[in-house]
Parts: sequence; structure tokens; C-alpha cells
Amino acid sequence: MIPAGFEYHRPDSIADVLGLLAEHGDEARVIAGGHSLIPMMKLRMAEFAHLIDLQAIAEMRGIRVGADGIVLGAMVTQHDLIAHDRLAEAAPIIREAALQIADPQVRYCGTLGGNVANGDPGNDMPGLMQCLDAVYVLEGPDGRREVAAREFYEAAYMTAREDEEILVEIRLPVPPAGHAYVKQKRKIGDYATAAAAVLIGKGADGTVDTASVAMTNLGDVPVWSEIAGKDLVGSACDETAVAAAVDAMLGDIDPVEDNRGPVEFKRHVAGVMLRRAIAAAWARA
Amino acid sequence: MSTMKIDLTVNGQARSVECEPRELLIHTLRERLGITGPHIGCETSHCGACTVDLDGRSVKACTMFAAQAHGAEITTVEGLATADGLHVLQEMFREHHGLQCGYCTPGMITRAYRLLQETPSPTEEEVRFGMAGNLCRCTGYQNIVKAIMEASRHMTAMQEAAE
Repeated sequence: MIPAGFEYHRPDSIADVLGLLAEHGDEARVIAGGHSLIPMMKLRMAEFAHLIDLQAIAEMRGIRVGADGIVLGAMVTQHDLIAHDRLAEAAPIIREAALQIADPQVRYCGTLGGNVANGDPGNDMPGLMQCLDAVYVLEGPDGRREVAAREFYEAAYMTAREDEEILVEIRLPVPPAGHAYVKQKRKIGDYATAAAAVLIGKGADGTVDTASVAMTNLGDVPVWSEIAGKDLVGSACDETAVAAAVDAMLGDIDPVEDNRGPVEFKRHVAGVMLRRAIAAAWARA
Repeated sequence: MSTMKIDLTVNGQARSVECEPRELLIHTLRERLGITGPHIGCETSHCGACTVDLDGRSVKACTMFAAQAHGAEITTVEGLATADGLHVLQEMFREHHGLQCGYCTPGMITRAYRLLQETPSPTEEEVRFGMAGNLCRCTGYQNIVKAIMEASRHMTAMQEAAE
């Protein structure tokens, strides 16, 4: 399990990272926490002549929680997300989801930016960021641009990020109180068989006034089910509305058979996860 | 392939090695520095036998390049005992039979050390959740959890006595 050789770089500014990417092109790759990339390199399924380590870039490590929104640096680790009390107060679904990723050692290294930018459909944060309507800030030679999480994923490992760009931060609005991230996995460290992210806001009349539903690992990209959310709005999360939302979600996902089970099983589990997530989010709304 | 100089502080001692950046930290520790407490188990970041404490984080040394660790402070199981004797965690693993074959033990103890730094008085559930990145194929975990809970009580009592 020895990876191919590479030259190691540890720049301390985003400008220097972009310079290295421009210089070495597709011979270079950035490394954040490394817990997706290093296993692939050890298997020799990934080889790069230049590895650009982002660990020394302080400006990519911030967590800012304001009344008008939340800004998370791409190098913030899952552990940082869990440990940050103000973030957990403002957006508790992030801690709830992060605690279900991998194991403690992996969460100390694995970053939010790596999790969302890698494009692995098994990762939990992409679906969660779609549920939260997050925006990814990409920086390249022509400066910064923003891409909505809901527009970012094109296919497995294919995203809207250009090769000469890096993801620098993630911005999201402060979510409503009703929230849940519910995941079924076979064991600690496994990806989801199915997972559901749900946000629900309750209006003054006691019914749902906003709802957002996203699913993880049930297609080659994360699935934000706009119709499932709309089916909940205006209801009191009664059985009719929940059944309609689950049906809508099942129309949007496209799981494939693998060692986590056949398609029918995954669709069944997806329905169970969404029902549990809606119930939990509504109880907290 | 070119090599680079990597500076580490391991168990309080400054160490320098010259190696290729692709070398995994676990190999640097074991083969260049002779620190064989951290073990190579699965080599795929699942089992936790290679766990070391790196700048206050529990890290699987099989999933980090030596180059990434350049400048870091590392504690391995070798660094826990003092001239006064074994660390309380080591004592409790012995006392409560928290091991059988012992292969996972250095990783278990190193991870438990950081867990108790962050959560000095954990519940049993918190211990199980906090130790979820370390696999043991012998004990069934019961005695590992018991050893960590007992170590927590001892460490808290020592802390209170010192205050």
C-alpha cells in the first residue's frame, strides 16, 4: 500500500495554491484532510506528480456564525464542526450529520471542503448542503465565483469546479428550527445505505411554512427533492403529506445495486429514513 | 524521487528524518524512528491500531503522509508512561483485562488518552462512541470500556486531590 511518488508543497496562501495549480496543471492535486485521497493514492487509483497541502492556509479554517448567515472555511474539519457550540446552536443539523460521518480519528482530519468538493455520492455533506441551500465559493485565476450546492454536482466525482479552481468557503443561511439528519449505515465508517436531511420551519398558524429535503447516496449525485419539500408546506406533517413527500422523493432518487443492497431495498430504506427525518424535524420545529 | 527533511517532535524529543514525501507516517515512526507501539493493522484507516496523538488530535498514522506531519508534535503509547510508572490508562487496561492479544492496545490507549483529555468524565455511551474508530477482535470491548471508565475515575480523583 505504497502510493506513487510525488513532490510535496505546503503553501500558506490561496494565491500560492492557485499559482502552483496554474504551473503544474493536471499533474497537481490539492489535499485537504486526505481521508478520501490518500486511500485512493495507496491503491494507486490516483497518482499526481505534485501534491498541494492546504493545511497551512489559515484563512480557510474559519467558522463565522452571524444573524445573516454562516460562513465555513473549506478546511474546517468534521471535528471542528462538532466542537463549535455557536454553530451547533445556529445550525444543529450540521453537528448531527457530522457525528454520523466515519469515526473520531477520521473526523479530526476530514474536512467539510473535501467532503463536498470531492463529488463522492457517498459523502454526507453534499446532500446536507443542498438541504441547507448552501453556496460554494470557488477561487481561481479570475477571482472568486459562487455556485449553489444544488447546482454543483454533475455526476459522480464530476462537479462545477474547474481544474484551476479551489473551493475556499461555504456560505449558508441560518436554517429553521426543525431539522434532522437520519442515516442508515451497516457499520461505523461505512457510507450511507440511505440518509435523509430535512429542514422544516413552522408558521404562526402551526403548519409547515418552509421545508427542504435532500437524500444521500441514492444516485450518482446528491438529491435535493424540491417536490418533496413542497408537499410538506402548508400541512401539519400528517400522514397524507408525509406519504406524498416520500413518494415525490422516491421519484427523484436513482439508486443502484451494490454491496449495501439491491435497488428495492435501498428505495425502502430511503423511505424509512425520510419518514424518520420528517418526524424528528417536525417535533423540533 | 526526491526526498525531504521532516522535523517531528515525538514523545517530547525532536527528531528529524530524510524521506520521500509519499512515505506514510506509520512507516516513518516504525521503520525510521524505531517507535513500534503504533501498529499496522488494516492499513485502510478502519482499525485504529496505528492511532497516534498528533497536535492534540487522534490520527490514524496509516492515512497521513510523513510530509503532512512535518512540524507536528506526536505522542505514541511509548510516551504515556513516566519515570513514576505506567499511565493510569495502561494500569487500568492491565487491571481490568482490557486486552487479550494486545495488537489493538497501543491504538486503543492512545485514542482513549485524547478522549479523556476532551471528555474527562464520559458516560459509557460516550466511551463507546469515542472509541468507535478502534477495532478489537478479542475482547468484545466490554473490558476496554470498563478500563477507560475506571481510568477516568482515577484521573478525575487525582485531579481533585491536586486542586
